[in-house]
Amino acid sequence: MCKDCGCSINHGQIKESVHSHEHTHDGHTHAHSHHHDDHEHHDHPHAHEHDHHEHRHEEIHANPQLNDKKTIAVITKILDANDTQAGHNREHFNEHGVLAINLMSSPGSGKTTLLEATIDTKAIKLAVIEGDLETNQDADRIIAKGAPAHQIATGQACHLDAFMVHEGLHHLPIEGLDVVFIENVGNLVCPASYDVGTHFNVVLLSVPEGDDKPAKYPVMFRAADVLLITKCDLLPYFDFSIEKAVREARKLNPKVDVIEIDSKCGKGIDTWVNYLKMKKAMR
Amino acid sequence: MHEFSIVNALLDLCEKNAIANNATKITKVEIKIGKLSGVEPCLLQTAFDTFKEETICDGAELVVHVQDLVVYCNICNAEYTLVKNEFECPTCKGTDMSVIDGEEMMLMRLEMDGN
Repeated sequence: MCKDCGCSINHGQIKESVHSHEHTHDGHTHAHSHHHDDHEHHDHPHAHEHDHHEHRHEEIHANPQLNDKKTIAVITKILDANDTQAGHNREHFNEHGVLAINLMSSPGSGKTTLLEATIDTKAIKLAVIEGDLETNQDADRIIAKGAPAHQIATGQACHLDAFMVHEGLHHLPIEGLDVVFIENVGNLVCPASYDVGTHFNVVLLSVPEGDDKPAKYPVMFRAADVLLITKCDLLPYFDFSIEKAVREARKLNPKVDVIEIDSKCGKGIDTWVNYLKMKKAMR
Repeated sequence: MHEFSIVNALLDLCEKNAIANNATKITKVEIKIGKLSGVEPCLLQTAFDTFKEETICDGAELVVHVQDLVVYCNICNAEYTLVKNEFECPTCKGTDMSVIDGEEMMLMRLEMDGN
């Protein structure tokens, strides 16, 4: 680690990153370079004009004294503001004794249909914040079933963040509810990076999508606390191995719970509702 | 493709730090991107170069360090770098492990001018 500019973030863990830079200290200019590679020796921190690679920066200042550079260590999560808001959302849920669940999956894997089937059991008092790029169709479906819902149209955004969910919460009467579902934008990539302030993540994988999805979308399936394998009535028509899907999901998250569901015929809905009741009872 | 949103959050964070340090310009931004953080470093680089214009980071260089997945096995009491996305201890084959690094997106360091 270079003590002068501190350019090595975490020496020893970063491989094949070689860079050099030129900067000023009290009016004099010098250049130096480093190898961040476990298998190579570390260059002397003040090896002048080691010009042996492609990323040499040209930061020549006419008057260094007027351009005093300062390097500061920050070490903050890039999504810090989102995470703070997420924490606030969670407090809001906690104050009202409401369990909050982030529902994520590909588009068309049955998130809204699962919620409709859940409402039909009348066993759980729930409300839904819906996220879609366009239309109120999903919120309308939930409202038609008799539960409160608020639609967030994200425009072109591919995920919900904690700020959008907070805004949505102001449109939902959450007093007296058991569960608030955040039905995220259908997408197996982006929503996984954002804490929206829920208590746990439920990820759906429908049989027609294929059992290879957990391995292909590791960040999403790693984030799942519960994996719901949906549209299970279609198993005879697809080459989908539940055993393989679960094995792949557990490689990413050994603790993930799995429920096999078919929202249309009702298979697994009892297990799902009991799971929700148990989680709610522990809040 | 949520790299634009990530870059927006990053630019906000840079601006906040610049104000706190009385800086007029940020010349270099160093970030650490975990291999399992869910963003693509190349796309992040492109998004940063597109959206930095007319912000405090205009002209700034973005240095992305890609962080391997580092876990701690609670059974072996040892640290491992995982090569595959399989959360199983390479030694004891146990699954009781904690992630130490490789899932986060962090702003690590800023180089700034004019204080």
